[in-house]
Amino acid sequence: MKQYETVIGLEVHIELATKTKIFCGCSTEFGGEPNTHTCPVCAGMPGALPVLNRQVVEFALKAGIAANCQINQLCRFDRKNYFYPDNPQNYQISQLYLPVCHDGWIEIETSAGKKKIRIHEMHMEEDAGKLIHDEWEDCSLVDYNRSGVPLIEIVSEPDMRSAEEVISYLDKLRCMMQYLGVSDCKLQEGSMRADVNLSVCEAGSGVWGTRTEMKNLNSFKAITRAIEAERERQIELLEMGKPVIQETRRWDDNKESSRAMRSKEDARDYRYFPDPDLPPVHISDEWIQRIRNTQPELREEKQQRYQDELGLSDYDARVLTESAHLAALFEKTAELSQNPKKTAAWFMGEVLRLIKEYGTEPEKVCFSPKHLARLICMVEEKKVSPANAKKVFEHIFDEDTDPEAFVREHGLGIVQDADLLQRVLQKVLAENPGPLSELLGGKEKVFGFFVGQMMRELKGTASPEAVREALMEEIKKNRR
Amino acid sequence: MAKIIDDETMENVCLLAKLSLEGEEREAARAEMQKMLTYVEKLDQLDTEGTEPLSHIFGSENVFREDEIVNGNQKDAMLFHAPRTKDGQYHVPKTIG
Repeated sequence: MKQYETVIGLEVHIELATKTKIFCGCSTEFGGEPNTHTCPVCAGMPGALPVLNRQVVEFALKAGIAANCQINQLCRFDRKNYFYPDNPQNYQISQLYLPVCHDGWIEIETSAGKKKIRIHEMHMEEDAGKLIHDEWEDCSLVDYNRSGVPLIEIVSEPDMRSAEEVISYLDKLRCMMQYLGVSDCKLQEGSMRADVNLSVCEAGSGVWGTRTEMKNLNSFKAITRAIEAERERQIELLEMGKPVIQETRRWDDNKESSRAMRSKEDARDYRYFPDPDLPPVHISDEWIQRIRNTQPELREEKQQRYQDELGLSDYDARVLTESAHLAALFEKTAELSQNPKKTAAWFMGEVLRLIKEYGTEPEKVCFSPKHLARLICMVEEKKVSPANAKKVFEHIFDEDTDPEAFVREHGLGIVQDADLLQRVLQKVLAENPGPLSELLGGKEKVFGFFVGQMMRELKGTASPEAVREALMEEIKKNRR
Repeated sequence: MAKIIDDETMENVCLLAKLSLEGEEREAARAEMQKMLTYVEKLDQLDTEGTEPLSHIFGSENVFREDEIVNGNQKDAMLFHAPRTKDGQYHVPKTIG
């Protein structure tokens, strides 16, 4: 069989984290009752006038600058005309002729190494409403809460060659947008959506095949499966001497296959033209400079700084910066505890362990950095044992408990009381005459048994060192 | 000479506009569109050499609103005009799922 190469370009839609919609003052909050976040503008009432949300331009510029794009300092909105009930105006306001950003790139990393993926353009546009099928009446129902939610569409050049590269690219974009605070990029909630343009060609021929566009990809796994399946489907057609038809296909992740979405006669002809309702946007040099000056530290820079300034390993720095939210929590905690390495160990250990155990998302972790910082200091000051500190932390993680109060209330602090230690020691020795004689006879293994018994009696509130010390004293006394 | 609106063009326009016109109706629409094109054709007589294409006539730019929620729940008022609703949603003919 011939060798084939897969050529992939992506169109990624990202919902911007603004409070309001792109052209009206309705809330963008996800999950509201149907049509409770709508007004004449986003429901497409005749005569309603859109007014651009300044924050949308700010976010688009932040994203574009982070992705090394050129900025169209004069940009404009265009109408994309089509009739469908999710689009109440009968046109979508988008950008065709003068998109806000163009010609950028981002660097991805795969098992094969680093690679630059070029970005063709980024443009601002409005989202459409949501259609659901009503089985009972065999009709469709429309909710316009999402209509007018701001999006940026990021169009890549066809620079990817495998599913691995595609996932790496999406991961990079998602991480970048989260660090910039531009979007939360949740695939499940649809705040990040990717359409895959794919074609295959004979390896080395340099002649590209006809591409198809795949929609309805709701997870990284679905994207990977869809890419593999579409590659196979196209190769099969070519092997049988049949042509690949340029079309939009819809992925069904349950069936693990796709089918053509639009019929041929429904040819795409959007008759774009400049939207006369929206005056052009002029982006001054000063505006661009201000955005550049206020760009946050992105993941790569942070990773480097954690190694250089905090002395963390490459691995720790990589893991701790995976989520922008967790990295911020870590930094605040490290600052308060004045102990970055111990703080890193807590995050790499307990924080990640509990995230995994609860199956929660890193973004949802919300304890106060000052509480963990205080706990770290308490361990250092030997006010609580490392083992008990882990128990205390579970409460900090769950309920943001104040560690000092919790330790006091539950008697988990390390016992500083020498009399109590002596009383417990004498009790344990008296209760175990057999092991005691073995111990005095020089059987070292029994030593551990007594330490364990005492720790149990004291419910872990003594430092193991103090217990060992008291026990050693006792042996010496008895031997004399 | 203005573009002649032939059957093929009519077919495409009807498809894009989701109109189903037949017989006399279709012929009348075709004739009207032809008239419009001929009328607009007059513009071609103007010399636009060296004139920048114009998309907005007022010359204003950067008209923004701040990112503040000003609209509350107006669901009932919004749905009031809809021919049919169900469960707080617009009831429309079935679309391909």
